[in-house]
Amino acid sequence: MSENEMTLRAAFCEVLSLPEDQITDETSYGTTKWDSIAHMALVAAIDSSFNLTMDTDDLLGMSSYGKAKEILRKYGIQI
Amino acid sequence: MSVAAAPYDELASSKRARLLNELNELTHWHAEHCEPYRRILSAAFAGQTLFRSIEELPAIPVRLFKTIDLVSVPPTEIVKTMHSSGTSSQGHSKVFLDMSTAGAQTRALLSIMKSLLGSKRVPMVIVDNVNTINQREAFSARAAAVRGFSQLGCDHLYLLNDAMEVNWDALQDFTSRHKGETLLVFGFTFIIWQYFYQESLKRGKLDLSDGILIHGGGWKKLTDQQVSNEEFKRCMRDQLGVRHVYNYYGLVEQTGSIFIECAEGNLHAPAYADVLIRHPETFRPLPFGARGLLQLMSNIPRSYPGHVLLTEDLGLILGEDDCPCDRKGKYFMVEGRLPHAELRGCSDTYQERL
Repeated sequence: MSENEMTLRAAFCEVLSLPEDQITDETSYGTTKWDSIAHMALVAAIDSSFNLTMDTDDLLGMSSYGKAKEILRKYGIQI
Repeated sequence: MSVAAAPYDELASSKRARLLNELNELTHWHAEHCEPYRRILSAAFAGQTLFRSIEELPAIPVRLFKTIDLVSVPPTEIVKTMHSSGTSSQGHSKVFLDMSTAGAQTRALLSIMKSLLGSKRVPMVIVDNVNTINQREAFSARAAAVRGFSQLGCDHLYLLNDAMEVNWDALQDFTSRHKGETLLVFGFTFIIWQYFYQESLKRGKLDLSDGILIHGGGWKKLTDQQVSNEEFKRCMRDQLGVRHVYNYYGLVEQTGSIFIECAEGNLHAPAYADVLIRHPETFRPLPFGARGLLQLMSNIPRSYPGHVLLTEDLGLILGEDDCPCDRKGKYFMVEGRLPHAELRGCSDTYQERL
């Protein structure tokens, strides 16, 4: 697993209080702890971890862990 | 329901027909899924669910949300229950959202704000206390507004502490950190006025000149203090040094219907919403230029029958498709609340029938 992927998974684990092995590409908004407040915290954690500020469309489109990876690739992050 | 990428591009000729279809479809949906709503249609609209014009659509008075639970999806699908902050004698409106309606409301807000701010998230000062957003299940209109608009920003600064006092050092730090960048300052109108503006007068002028100030939440308290929209703008520009000030009008009973002010000072209806004016006593639809009760329509509310609502606000429609700001659609102004006594008849009638 790349370092970037580990960083991303760490952000998800921390914000959603999920064990690492429960984060899959299908982990999505609206399931258990990923509500609108957690969503903002996730975006902030990702922005901060990868030193970027994702734009509003991406913020809105980041509906799953899988999507988060796609979005990071858009910003030039290898993941 | 689709959220238009360009909220202000559609002309009336196209919008009327499209929205009517969508609102008819929603009327039918809610009649099938919400028993009290079906009974209203049956009692007051001969059980019709298909209407030939926007003016004929059945309008629910917002007051009804304080007295009955109006919901069109099973309880297990409700993810949020919004409530209004009325005075306790009136009770609180309850608005039930499922994932789909909540999501659609968010997309509507972002689409409208994108047309104003672009798609980049901007450093944002929220003139409120961080604890306003921390209730997870039940949301007040204020919490929803803060949470909704905060998605537009990054590096959020919640300006007020628990005692509603400004954290001046943090503001100074924030403005230095973001020197030269466009800032977004957001808050409820009265909170900005009372807790930020009034306090700043004691300290000398601020320079938030890269700032866009967006505020909403009602004018009642400021009207009581004789502060008009023009006066408010002047004070914000003068004292806080912000460049642009935009008021927005919205209703917790129809979140997602955000009517934001343009550079001309007019409120605009986006693609998924519309307004009409009714006479406060006869409820007849009124022409442009006539003052009356605001009726709001939206193609978003699916989890509760909030798609056609008669508000308790007075206003008038100024025009359609021809605002000098270049946005298409209706543009209007809101002039304040209807005194309580006058609206009782409408809601009482509905109450009796249920």
